[in-house]
Amino acid sequence: MKHTISVLVENKFGVLARVAGLFSARGYNISSLAVSETLDPEVSYMTIVVDAKDEAVLEQIKKQLNKLIDVVTVTDFTRRDHVERELVLVKVGCNAKNKAKLESIVRKYIGTVIQCKNETAIIEAVGEQARIKQLLDNLEPFGVKELVRTGKIAVAY
Amino acid sequence: MMTGSQILIESLKKQGVEVIFGYPGGQVLPLFDKLYDAPFKFILTRHEQAAAHAADGYSRATGKVGVCIATSGPGATNLITGIANAYMDSIPMIAITGQVKSWLIGNDAFQEADVTGITRPITKHNYLVKDIKDLSRIVAEAFYIASSGRPGPVLIDIPTDIQQAEHEFIWPDTIEMRSYKPTLFGHPGQIKKAVKAIVSAKRPIIYAGGGVITSGGHNELREFAEKINAPVTLTLMGLGAFPGDHPLFLGMLGMHGTAYANYATMNADLIIAVGARFDDRVTGKLATFAKNAKIIHIDVDPSSISKNVAVDIPIVGDAKNVLGQILEEIKKTPDTAEWIKTVEAWRKKHPLTYQYKGKINPQYVIEQIAEVTQGDAIIATEVGQHQMWAAQWYKVMHPRSFISSGGLGTMGFGFPAAMGAKMGCPDKTVFDIAGDGSIQMNIQELATCVCNKIPVKVAILNNGYLGMVRQWQELFYKHRYSHTCMFNPDFVKVAEAYGGVGIRVTKKEDVKPAIEKAIATDNVVFLDFHVEPEENVFPMVPAGESIDKMIGGLA
Repeated sequence: MKHTISVLVENKFGVLARVAGLFSARGYNISSLAVSETLDPEVSYMTIVVDAKDEAVLEQIKKQLNKLIDVVTVTDFTRRDHVERELVLVKVGCNAKNKAKLESIVRKYIGTVIQCKNETAIIEAVGEQARIKQLLDNLEPFGVKELVRTGKIAVAY
Repeated sequence: MMTGSQILIESLKKQGVEVIFGYPGGQVLPLFDKLYDAPFKFILTRHEQAAAHAADGYSRATGKVGVCIATSGPGATNLITGIANAYMDSIPMIAITGQVKSWLIGNDAFQEADVTGITRPITKHNYLVKDIKDLSRIVAEAFYIASSGRPGPVLIDIPTDIQQAEHEFIWPDTIEMRSYKPTLFGHPGQIKKAVKAIVSAKRPIIYAGGGVITSGGHNELREFAEKINAPVTLTLMGLGAFPGDHPLFLGMLGMHGTAYANYATMNADLIIAVGARFDDRVTGKLATFAKNAKIIHIDVDPSSISKNVAVDIPIVGDAKNVLGQILEEIKKTPDTAEWIKTVEAWRKKHPLTYQYKGKINPQYVIEQIAEVTQGDAIIATEVGQHQMWAAQWYKVMHPRSFISSGGLGTMGFGFPAAMGAKMGCPDKTVFDIAGDGSIQMNIQELATCVCNKIPVKVAILNNGYLGMVRQWQELFYKHRYSHTCMFNPDFVKVAEAYGGVGIRVTKKEDVKPAIEKAIATDNVVFLDFHVEPEENVFPMVPAGESIDKMIGGLA
């Protein structure tokens, strides 16, 4: 099962390697990882989506993260009210005939067609992962040529 | 103003460092130039691995933080096994490595290795010093991290230019880290729950490990065990945390534990785990481990709790503190008389045993060392059969007097660790109990012992095999002794060639006099005991089996 964990870390040399190394060394799976600075330049947020087979594994992941010296706090969003979003950029096939249809689908999912030329459209969309998945399913008939996603970020209420 | 090297030395002085083990090289030349005049006892080992093990052994024997130094690249990579060894056994140690000049890092410079990268998974924390102004704070933090909470090794990688750069020496009087605050006292609610479970237990057992020794909680452990009248079993790392001759002591448990310790563990209705981590060598098959027992787990490292076995009452905290809290809280005591009777019947029915077959029994050698030293020596071991025999047959009486590579299982650890222990405790007799395989992994340290007058005694239980592997091949691989038969040098001559003393012993009646002679000799001594070649360590729990399904040695 997938869980979203937010890790506040000291913004120090090698901290990403420490977190990533912990996952690989202990055989945990990272589904996505997003890292960025916060208002305080001394700390960064990592939002990690982990695939844990049961509660015990999730517990261990949290404990092991907490054990890293550079980790300040670990927040598990599994049972917390929170907002989560992901940004995707999608390249799909697009021509004069289907452009209007494409635009209406994208609009429905609160996305934007950034550019449409040379038979290719670049689409940007932000949303919860379920919503993003629906958009991608709807884009399938147009022919998805490339897909880039940021991975999930989350914040608790 | 001081150079980085001087700042490092001043910082080590502030930390009370007395002994340093190490080896020089190109990228630590500025540091070694300052060490030349520094007030530390510097022990030049003959291999960096031995420096790390010696610092580790020093730490285990004294409770202080061990320090080792090596140069960049190969010097640093030679420390790796020693650092990993200290990490697995939670030993506080500082490893200082030279690094190529800051502006060359990442350029594949001569003798460059990404040492902070390599050691990330085997250190509690590590630092690459990038700015001279951070150096003293980093050293202070490193010692704090290494020695607090669940201890462990911390590495500090210092580029040559930082060793030469100049800065004012500012020592931080306190260390405050928002991201590192170990929990040292148990939660009062959990203590109450534990006490409730303890007083209502009918068949309690205390299963204690290295955490008791680390925390200095051996007196509390004894008081607690006597108060609730519960049998005590120890892990390999825990030996010495409870007196080896105490009537409540069951010896070690697990793969080569005593039958009675394993039976008691498997039949208990309450396991009180203190500073131990339910290692696979202890639990055997997890699915069947102590199925009817409630488990209280006291550990300073939250990630050790409920990692391998589900725990009913977790208590995060320092073993000594938590035992003290429990002792304060406990008013009634459980009635364990029947249970003790049952355990004593197991002890009587299945004692540790061995048979004389004509050659010296390795177990007999250990018994004789125990008798001659009256349990007052420090015993280091290598890894293999001799290690398990030492754990079974040497009644360890005091904490910090049994020094063995538990988690990593490092052959070649014992001899340099014994040197470290002797440097820390010069008034103690220090033995390394070794095998003929293990001793050859750091045999060059004879030179270190002779040069620095470190008179450790090495008892080689020479059976001509890599005995533990051979035992597994005998029992589980149809006697196919694939590459386990050793060609050995003449250990007596080797010792003598370095300026040490060698004694060969081939007869049972010569064992004790040889041990006495070795102790009376003020030099490093190799005792080459030619023992029964195919003796096995029994009892034994086959890998993946339940710990009450032991084979061999059950009378």
